[in-house]
Amino acid sequence: MASSFLSAASHAVSPSCSLSTTHKGKPMLGGNTLRFHKGPNSFSSSRSRGRISMAVAVNVSRFEGIPMAPPDPILGVSEAFKADNSDVKLNLGVGAYRTEELQPYVLNVVKKAENLMLERGDNKEYLPIEGLAAFNKATAELLLGADNPAIKQQRVATVQGLSGTGSLRLGAALIERYFPGAKVLISAPTWGNHKNIFNDASVPWSEYRYYDPKTVGLDFEGMIEDIKSAPEGSFILLHGCAHNPTGIDPTPEQWEKIADLIEEKNHIPFFDVAYQGFASGSLDEDAASVRLFVARGIEVLVAQSYSKNLGLYAERIGAINVISSSPESAARVKSQLKRIARPMYSNPPVHGARIVADVVGNPVLFNEWKAEMEMMAGRIKNVRQQLYDSITSKDKSGKDWSFILKQIGMFSFTGLNKNQSDNMTNKWHVYMTKDGRISLAGLSLAKCEYLADAIIDSYHNVS
Amino acid sequence: MASSVLSAASHSVSPSCSLSTTHKGKPMIRDNTLGFHRGPNSFSSSRSRGRISMAVAVNVSRFEGIPMAPPDPILGVSEAFKVDNSDVKLNLGVGAYRTEELQPYVLNVVKKAENLMLERGDNKEYLPIEGSAAFNKATAELLLGADNPAIKQQRVATVQGLSGTGSLRLGAALIERYFPGAKVLISAPTWGNHKNIFNDASVPWSEYRYYDPKTVGLDFEGMIEDIKSAPEGSFILLHGCAHNPTGIDPTPEQWEKIADVIQEKNHIPFFDVAYQGFASGSLDEDAASVRLFVARGMEVLVAQSYSKNLGLYAERIGAINVVSSSPESAARVKSQLKRIARPMYSNPPVHGARIVADVVGNPVLFNEWKAEMEMMAGRIKNVRQQLYDSITSKDKSGKDWSFILKQIGMFSFTGLNTNQSDNMTNKWHVYMTKDGRISLAGLSLAKCEYLADAIIDSYHNVS
Repeated sequence: MASSFLSAASHAVSPSCSLSTTHKGKPMLGGNTLRFHKGPNSFSSSRSRGRISMAVAVNVSRFEGIPMAPPDPILGVSEAFKADNSDVKLNLGVGAYRTEELQPYVLNVVKKAENLMLERGDNKEYLPIEGLAAFNKATAELLLGADNPAIKQQRVATVQGLSGTGSLRLGAALIERYFPGAKVLISAPTWGNHKNIFNDASVPWSEYRYYDPKTVGLDFEGMIEDIKSAPEGSFILLHGCAHNPTGIDPTPEQWEKIADLIEEKNHIPFFDVAYQGFASGSLDEDAASVRLFVARGIEVLVAQSYSKNLGLYAERIGAINVISSSPESAARVKSQLKRIARPMYSNPPVHGARIVADVVGNPVLFNEWKAEMEMMAGRIKNVRQQLYDSITSKDKSGKDWSFILKQIGMFSFTGLNKNQSDNMTNKWHVYMTKDGRISLAGLSLAKCEYLADAIIDSYHNVS
Repeated sequence: MASSVLSAASHSVSPSCSLSTTHKGKPMIRDNTLGFHRGPNSFSSSRSRGRISMAVAVNVSRFEGIPMAPPDPILGVSEAFKVDNSDVKLNLGVGAYRTEELQPYVLNVVKKAENLMLERGDNKEYLPIEGSAAFNKATAELLLGADNPAIKQQRVATVQGLSGTGSLRLGAALIERYFPGAKVLISAPTWGNHKNIFNDASVPWSEYRYYDPKTVGLDFEGMIEDIKSAPEGSFILLHGCAHNPTGIDPTPEQWEKIADVIQEKNHIPFFDVAYQGFASGSLDEDAASVRLFVARGMEVLVAQSYSKNLGLYAERIGAINVVSSSPESAARVKSQLKRIARPMYSNPPVHGARIVADVVGNPVLFNEWKAEMEMMAGRIKNVRQQLYDSITSKDKSGKDWSFILKQIGMFSFTGLNTNQSDNMTNKWHVYMTKDGRISLAGLSLAKCEYLADAIIDSYHNVS
């Protein structure tokens, strides 16, 4: 039986973001004022509702006062998809790579690495709190380049984390503990879990403008304005590449300007790099933004994930890197990250870390991995192109759909609003999130025409 | 190269516990007054020292104000052991099972399960937030017994956690969120990480008397008195079996009385079960305390670990179970545990969970596993007996060493104080923690006589 699917990517509309609809059906984003949050409303009300008096009645459960948590929106999409009997149904809510046959894919290099492990007869002893040394070395070098001065000068603190999420959480806990009161700015929109990661770590956050619904592109001016307005010394959460959920990334020139501004305001960048190599097919290209900041001498935090690029999803492999200007402070930071990790889970899982270390450390496997990443990224690019071609060949309205080609990575923001997204599901059996995001990983070339019909119908005929 | 060993078990003397020494060299513990703590002193001072002003000087690292975290005491023992050149050295600080040749041991059933997995070609898709369904079913049944009414009535909320530590942390976060202000009572002494798990989850804790240095046994009267004195509705952290670090467990009759007091005071028991099957060799015997409480209709939290009993150490496999009096509240609790886990690490690691599910779910492998657990527990019992025999045959003082045989599990509290423990290391090259705990897993039959000489010398000749 296939294990039930859960996406690591989810999106929830922020309480500070509202969508309004004109009669033409195009969503307009209300002006984002910069407001800070300690948590979303549902969290607060859930919290207050959960207060339990110490006096208990006989036979009543001690857990009676605990309320049901809100359901996960992404999981709901997948569950609705499963329950649908249509033979044309499409699951575009899926947050994992799929083959052209829409099946899960285990990379060949991963299988080879696992066989090597069994042959070697590795034991299962506890890793250090900071993880497998060979993995930590490989992951920092993959991110920064092996010849990066920051690595040579030992200015990088790397701690293996539970994939991207666990790594972000370690970074958030570090901020809470050693930068009390510092704000984190996250993009609007962003991956839904980002907000709860900082909420649960008790780190205040606000949003900076990112997505422009008018162009289905980057609101660069709004982004710059909001980062400039943030209190000095804020942390700026940036998606290294393949922004989730929009697929919209800054250009190299825009990255330079973002770095200028962050330096000017003494902010600290916190990169979420979940798609290195998977976005464009090139490890170096996808790490360019992080490397730019480091090359400019900016101190950064970087969370990495090997869920997508190596297909290690449920092995939970990632890392938190803190690149400091001195090796002494990097060592102290590392000791504190370990201190935070110890009472969370003691030490990290070994299986996937060995896979990464073996693949990256073996030149033959490493080259095979790069080829497989190119293949995966290539399939997604082909799907984008095919979808764009199908839509433009069918839609006679003259609307500019070029944003589909400009976006990068697994996800595409279609610009469809909630009603239009509902129409996609109810009429066309296309399952996606309400924000208009589709996962191209769940799309095959053969289904692009069908999806194009659905999008055109929803866009033009539903307001 | 062997991966460096890190023990998940550690012990640090609580700030509320002080040791004094009489001229005879026997340690005496002053009466433990029931004081509540928000955190150990080192944590507080570390925290206050870490406050960083937002104003920064040019070129100074933003992380300059982050201090070095205190070193891990257990890691220090293992590191000191490694650099010792003596050929008679013994590492009794190790928190993992070792063979008679003092080598790490991968269970045969684990290797078989891994081969089965490769043959099956399992994918690596994300697990649900709550973990593998097959694992969750297997782990609850292993703990409670498959025919337990609590399972049949669906009153057990099981969520896969990152081994024992991650599971404890999920439980602690649940307490913080839904039982605000509730106290957790932990035994004196206890596994050192327990304190930081609750500290970092912002849950206040205090200690209840447990270890009696006069008898090197259980201070049952003190334990009962302290649990009775605790505020009504406190959580009582109990080691299900094989108490760490003392090896001292209550008798079945004592467990009944503990359950009486907990029921009388409306406390909630929180069991840490890290050694089921590994302690005595019998899964059922080692789960007896938990099953007793559940059979009496008490609601309990139970953290499980498969690090020791299945040797899955670095695969990080465990579970948090909440046994409730109603299926409805169990479902709500589970939803909140998922809500807590999602921003911590999204979903748990798959590799070890499949191993557990395959071993427990396959009758042939399950029987082989039970035999291997009996073998491991048997070796430790043999070592205990041999050590006791060696000491009693050599020590003519008439001192009662029977506590060595009464203790259970991997660890033994020797009754040696800090100076005596230092003598063990400096003179005899026996590496152990300062509290007098030795790990019998790091001891071979062939070394028992040597260790007996060291213990007798340290006990009688060092005060």
